[in-house]
Amino acid sequence: MEKFFNIVQSVPLNHYILLSCILFSIGVIGVLTRRNAIVIFMSVELMLNAVNLLLAVFSVFRNDPSGQVFVFFVMALAAAEVAVGLAIIVMVYRNTSSIDINVLNKLKW
Amino acid sequence: MDKYIWLIPVLPLIGFVINGLGRNLLPKAVIGLIGTLLVFAAFGISIATFSQIHETGKAINVTLFQWINAGAMKIPFAFLVDQLSAIMLLIITGVGTLIHLYSAGYMSHDEGFGKFFAYLNLFVFFMLLLVMGSNYVIMFIGWEGVGLCSYLLIGFWYTNPDYADAAKKAFIMNRIGDLGFLLAIFVMVNVFGSASYNVIFAKVKMLEPGFWVITVITLLLFVGATGKSAQIPLFTWLPDAMAGPTPVSALIHAATMVTAGIYMIARSNALFSFAPVTMDIIAYIGLATALFAALIALTQTDIKKVLAYSTVSQLGYMFLGLGVGAFTGGFFHVITHAFFKALLFLGAGSVIHAMSGDQDMRNMGGLWKKVPITAWTMLIGTIAIAGIPPFSGFFSKDEILAHTYEHSKWMYGVGVLTAMLTSFYMFRLVFLTFFGKFRGTHEQEHHLHESPASMTIPLIVLAILSMVGGLIGVPHVLGGHHELAHFLKPVFDNPSLHNKVEELPASTEFMLMGLSVGVAVLALIYAWVKYVKNKHVPVRDGEERSLLATLSYNKFYVDELYDFLIRKPLDTASNFLYLVVDKMGIDGIVNAFGSAPLESSKGLRLLQSGNVGFYIFIMVIGVIAVLAYSLGLTDILHK
Amino acid sequence: MSIFYFIAFLSILFAVLVITAKNPVHSVLYLILTFFTITIHYILLNAQFLAIVNFIVYMGAIMVLFLFVLMLLNLNVESEPVKSNIVKFAGVIGGCCLLATLFGTLKLAATSSPVVLQDQGLGLVKNLGKVLFKEFLLPFEISSILLLSAMVGAVLLAKRERQPDGKVF
Repeated sequence: MEKFFNIVQSVPLNHYILLSCILFSIGVIGVLTRRNAIVIFMSVELMLNAVNLLLAVFSVFRNDPSGQVFVFFVMALAAAEVAVGLAIIVMVYRNTSSIDINVLNKLKW
Repeated sequence: MDKYIWLIPVLPLIGFVINGLGRNLLPKAVIGLIGTLLVFAAFGISIATFSQIHETGKAINVTLFQWINAGAMKIPFAFLVDQLSAIMLLIITGVGTLIHLYSAGYMSHDEGFGKFFAYLNLFVFFMLLLVMGSNYVIMFIGWEGVGLCSYLLIGFWYTNPDYADAAKKAFIMNRIGDLGFLLAIFVMVNVFGSASYNVIFAKVKMLEPGFWVITVITLLLFVGATGKSAQIPLFTWLPDAMAGPTPVSALIHAATMVTAGIYMIARSNALFSFAPVTMDIIAYIGLATALFAALIALTQTDIKKVLAYSTVSQLGYMFLGLGVGAFTGGFFHVITHAFFKALLFLGAGSVIHAMSGDQDMRNMGGLWKKVPITAWTMLIGTIAIAGIPPFSGFFSKDEILAHTYEHSKWMYGVGVLTAMLTSFYMFRLVFLTFFGKFRGTHEQEHHLHESPASMTIPLIVLAILSMVGGLIGVPHVLGGHHELAHFLKPVFDNPSLHNKVEELPASTEFMLMGLSVGVAVLALIYAWVKYVKNKHVPVRDGEERSLLATLSYNKFYVDELYDFLIRKPLDTASNFLYLVVDKMGIDGIVNAFGSAPLESSKGLRLLQSGNVGFYIFIMVIGVIAVLAYSLGLTDILHK
Repeated sequence: MSIFYFIAFLSILFAVLVITAKNPVHSVLYLILTFFTITIHYILLNAQFLAIVNFIVYMGAIMVLFLFVLMLLNLNVESEPVKSNIVKFAGVIGGCCLLATLFGTLKLAATSSPVVLQDQGLGLVKNLGKVLFKEFLLPFEISSILLLSAMVGAVLLAKRERQPDGKVF
């Protein structure tokens, strides 16, 4: 076990941050390019996870458990968000028979 | 007397207030009585003032109150009545009273009777203010005031658009001159630190003659005089001003207001004698105006137009007199002209009254028997204006001509020619109107009648004055003493203005008189032959005329020339300013400020598509920008 | 060491597949895989509690919820209208710009020291529990209220409304 963890030790912090950034950007691209509301929602989840990963890494890097506690809170928040968000999507689908976000252009009024 | 001098202008002002407020309430008889009596009362005070000045020989100077106190500039509201203004007072109130009396008869059928008398009284007030002021600013008040009254009275029958246009024309032309006067006042206040006559004239005497500032001031003053006294190039308003009721033409446009320019120059003789250049210009312009207007008057058929051009011509004479240094002569002509021109205008009014408003001489003729008093008095006026002794016009005109002869021979020649023309067109008027057979309609012939007493009495009084008025200035060579010259001596007490004519040999002077009388009589005979013996009548409109007659009849197309030279370019410029600068430039900028947010919001509105995907995209861009800024991308750029 | 890069590669690969898959159901499955790789990252960091929570809550609960909704709405077919290429291109460009910006700032920070796990027990339940119930007690309690209200909200939103004409929508 000891040896297993030592694998990590030689990974520079930069690379973790890089990974997080890439995942986050992929999430952003997903949000921008897709029209399906649920897929967009999933992209948001992806972004959240990228941030979570980074928080955990920093927590380890600085030897501070607060970072991991934060991840815990983010997860709780994500759960709440998904519950409400999906409920909204269901409502939208009932009213418009579609979850294409381009149909939801009533915001200008 | 000094205490009551302020009453002279205030009395007509009271008349204006009463008549103005009560114009619809008071009966016509009361209005006429108030208007006439108040001016007559002013005349009474004027006589008393005049006799006091005549006895003591001292000017009356009364300061009523300090009016403008601005730093170093102090302009009191003060009256100065000296020999010059005392005579003007007599003319204004005297002739004014007669014309008020005449108006009571002439305007008796007019609806605006009260209004007319109110305006007339107001005019007298301003005219008195003009001549009584002790500084140029008060003169300017009166100057503007008479201009206003002139405008109001020319356009008295404003429902006729032509008359209203004539009023506007007079007003605008006067404004051009007024601007010159105003600028002259500014320069004088700036240079001399005061607008008072006494201060300015005292300071001028310390300057070199011909000093350029004096020339500028006098030229500007003369511009003002050309406007008010209808000289070239601003004379075209006066003939059009005949649109007003005839008493107005007599009072304002013959006897008083138009002589304001001469009064102003005579008053400023101390300035003008120091500006020989201006004096020459005045003489030339006066001479040109005299000849030009006389040429136009030759062919006019409207009885009032003939008199109007005659007035312009006589005013030109007066300016000629001033220009050649004959201040007394010029002013003498103002006095005599006031008598005979007022008489002629009132006579013309009486004729028009008899003709039921027709003013065309081609429709008249043979009126001698029908309106004998008018005919006799007008004949007297005509003899006076023609310069045939011993009537008044002869003396004043002869004095001017004698000075002109002294000054320049060729100018004298033109002057004599003008005198001949004057004699011709005036007798042409008389012969066409009163001799021969009646040429109007039967209806008019049936209606012909002599005017009421209120109109004939002023005619008779003025006729007597026209006959004997010249006696105040009989030259020495004819055995007189030239009372007027002695009386005015304190005013024109100026070394450069000494009377050179008195140095002329008596034989020369007799020859000059003989010449001018000779040409006048010659013209009279020619007019007699042409219009009485050969019964010539001016052709109707549309018939053939000779080239010169066409030019003259159409006033040498001066109005058209002004229209082409001044109005058209101004119109073009105004249109350019209106359409390009104002509409496109200023309005364009203002509208652009309005439409820019509108148009840009039309574009920006499209951003609010309601498309969530698009919003997110914009948000990401914003996030990128914020990140780039806050995470130190600027530092990278700095590095 | 290489295991980290392998797992990182898988994370990125699956993440890309998530956003490129045509079928939403496939997207969900790929997302589950992505989360799984992230769980492995947590394990590598010895963040055991997070790994387990991620596994249970994210992969177990949340993703199942996604699948449920997809199936409920019967969206498993490729019903999504295709976005125009220009929008896709713009989206990719935007994402790449963001990435570039982040890279730029990362370069600026330039901390390439390795991540060293100083305390073996940092990410254990025991340790985190202490922190959570001592320092973060109030936020913890508040988050419970958040979850409750989210639950109430979700139920309220998703409940079938009775239409005025009596028809159940």
